[in-house]
Amino acid sequence: MPQTLYDKLWDSHVVHIEDDGTALLYIDRHLVHEVTSAQAYEGLRVAGRKPWRVDSVVATADHNTPTTNWDEGLGGVKDSFARLQIETLDSNMKEFGAKVYFPYLDKRQGIVHVIGPEQGATLPGMTVVCGDSHTSTHGAFACLAHGIGTSEVEHVLATQCLVTKKMKNMRVNVEGPLGRGVTAKDVVLAIIGKIGTAGGTGSAIEFAGSTIRSLSMEGRMTVCNMAIEAGARAGMIGVDDSTIEYLRGRRFAPQGREWDQAVVYWRTLKSDPDAKFDREVTLDARDIKPHVTWGTSPEMVVAVDDTVPDPDKEKDSLRREGMERALQYMGLHPRTPITNIRIDKVFIGSCTNSRIEDLRAAASVVKGKRVASNVKLAMVVPGSGMVKEQAEKEGLDRVFREAGFEWREPGCSMCLGMNPDRLDAGERCASTSNRNFEGRQGVGGRTHLVSPAMAAAAAIAGHFVDIRRWS
Amino acid sequence: MEKFTVVNGLVAPLDRANVDTDQIIPKQYLASIKRTGFAEGLFGDWRKKDPNFVLNQPRFKDATILLSRRNFGCGSSREHAPWALVDWGFRCVIAPSYADIFFTNSFNNGLLPVILTESEVDRLFHECNAFPGFRLVVDLEQQTVSTTNQSLSMHFDIDPFRKYCLVNGLDEIGLTLRHADKIRAFEARRKTQLPWYF
Repeated sequence: MPQTLYDKLWDSHVVHIEDDGTALLYIDRHLVHEVTSAQAYEGLRVAGRKPWRVDSVVATADHNTPTTNWDEGLGGVKDSFARLQIETLDSNMKEFGAKVYFPYLDKRQGIVHVIGPEQGATLPGMTVVCGDSHTSTHGAFACLAHGIGTSEVEHVLATQCLVTKKMKNMRVNVEGPLGRGVTAKDVVLAIIGKIGTAGGTGSAIEFAGSTIRSLSMEGRMTVCNMAIEAGARAGMIGVDDSTIEYLRGRRFAPQGREWDQAVVYWRTLKSDPDAKFDREVTLDARDIKPHVTWGTSPEMVVAVDDTVPDPDKEKDSLRREGMERALQYMGLHPRTPITNIRIDKVFIGSCTNSRIEDLRAAASVVKGKRVASNVKLAMVVPGSGMVKEQAEKEGLDRVFREAGFEWREPGCSMCLGMNPDRLDAGERCASTSNRNFEGRQGVGGRTHLVSPAMAAAAAIAGHFVDIRRWS
Repeated sequence: MEKFTVVNGLVAPLDRANVDTDQIIPKQYLASIKRTGFAEGLFGDWRKKDPNFVLNQPRFKDATILLSRRNFGCGSSREHAPWALVDWGFRCVIAPSYADIFFTNSFNNGLLPVILTESEVDRLFHECNAFPGFRLVVDLEQQTVSTTNQSLSMHFDIDPFRKYCLVNGLDEIGLTLRHADKIRAFEARRKTQLPWYF
């Protein structure tokens, strides 16, 4: 029987299955960070349990780490709770061990979803879990990758398995060439706008079609990263030449004969031509424009040449109330052109858009220009120390600095504001991150999600601009 | 984990769709390495901003059942969300649908996420708003949500394995380790066939 990619990944990891479909799924890669692991290790300690397979664990500190003052060492972490979380991860790594640990201040440290693929620790055909919902990112490499809670982190540490049930198969096809200035971020925002933030709930989404195949691995990671924003725990894309070429020579990728054998297997990791999906959705890439969110949910999104929607035109009362509340929170009026919205801050970073390709795109927009005077802060936070090093080699840091951007150390930073990088109440931000929820980037902060090029252009203009008309 | 059998409790109505875990517990309350002590952060921003927010109203102070709308618990995987709800005193959430990660996290903390239809939930909101002190009886073994006088009773579905664990307050790790031999055998086979994953 023809199988989907998800069927194949599922079948190859089932250790045990009950009559009601509850399965034990074997986990190949367990990514660990400082905010959602401490309680899990404490649970092991209390129960007198040991990790099942230490070499499945790849760990780093990324969520609450400062992006400045690295020269002060751990003393640069002024928030004592954040420091305690970082130190606790350090000591848990010492006590329990890992395949590799990139601690705070290490030059290979970075956002866990950036460093996994970068190090070749994410490989096609793996199951990947992490106590972070954006683990879906790794699905770009034909992995079954999803976020889990801390109890599940402890469960995976203790048993190498996850108790779970099979999800539904959903496929989102995007076909055709992307227009100038339209990026992977716009593709995924358009998908979320179409299917909604619960559109993929209960499903694993495979992204397919000529547009998806034409994306770089960085772009594919951006798309899979936001599968969770469409409600799907897991997003994934089948293996092709781009997947293989990205991984060749990476630190933890197989070498020599083993590499050749792996590639043969990896090439099978795509949906069979006649595979059946429970649901399919198709978008025409030619219809996708640069997108900007206007509200407090990623599904509250429109094209940049559009206006803020009018709740009075919404028939569903629950949705209408949600829109009204969002507009009030965002300080916006219906029918305002998106390009009239002025911004206070710009954040280029996060597991969605902090890879080298993202920084190149943003740098090319700001080169030789200056950040607008109404923009209080424009910052670039590379996804990892390796991304930062590469960008500096290419001189991108100079381009950003000369334009008036701050060039920071890697981490999750203002995507979730657990470190000192935050919005103040009422501040409006053009952000390349993934969530525009109330208070996400700081209490009372107002987030608009955009692509790196759109964020860069907004920084220069002081308001949103249509990147397709940028010169 | 605390067993869940029957909860007879006061209902707090949170009449919003898409309540995300960043609202259930905002990030500034995540700075802890323990599983408890998160009640203070429950809906922290909303409680601070709005004196009329449901959990600020004295009449809902002792609520143990939270009633909400579709796609409850979307967004971040933070288990601090069910931790905070449980710390506050909630034992059960009733909504038409949940985000997948929150749904699983709730079961792992003895918090029962009941799914009723949109119209049933709608009816409960009306009842809750009409009758101060509105209580419900959630019976997990019977899989029913009823008013205390039994004038209204609704059935809900639940995964048998999740129910079994919750009713018995079982530790899932212990259950899984009963299959330790199978896990070891699977692992050994995988290591031989696909060695590059090890």
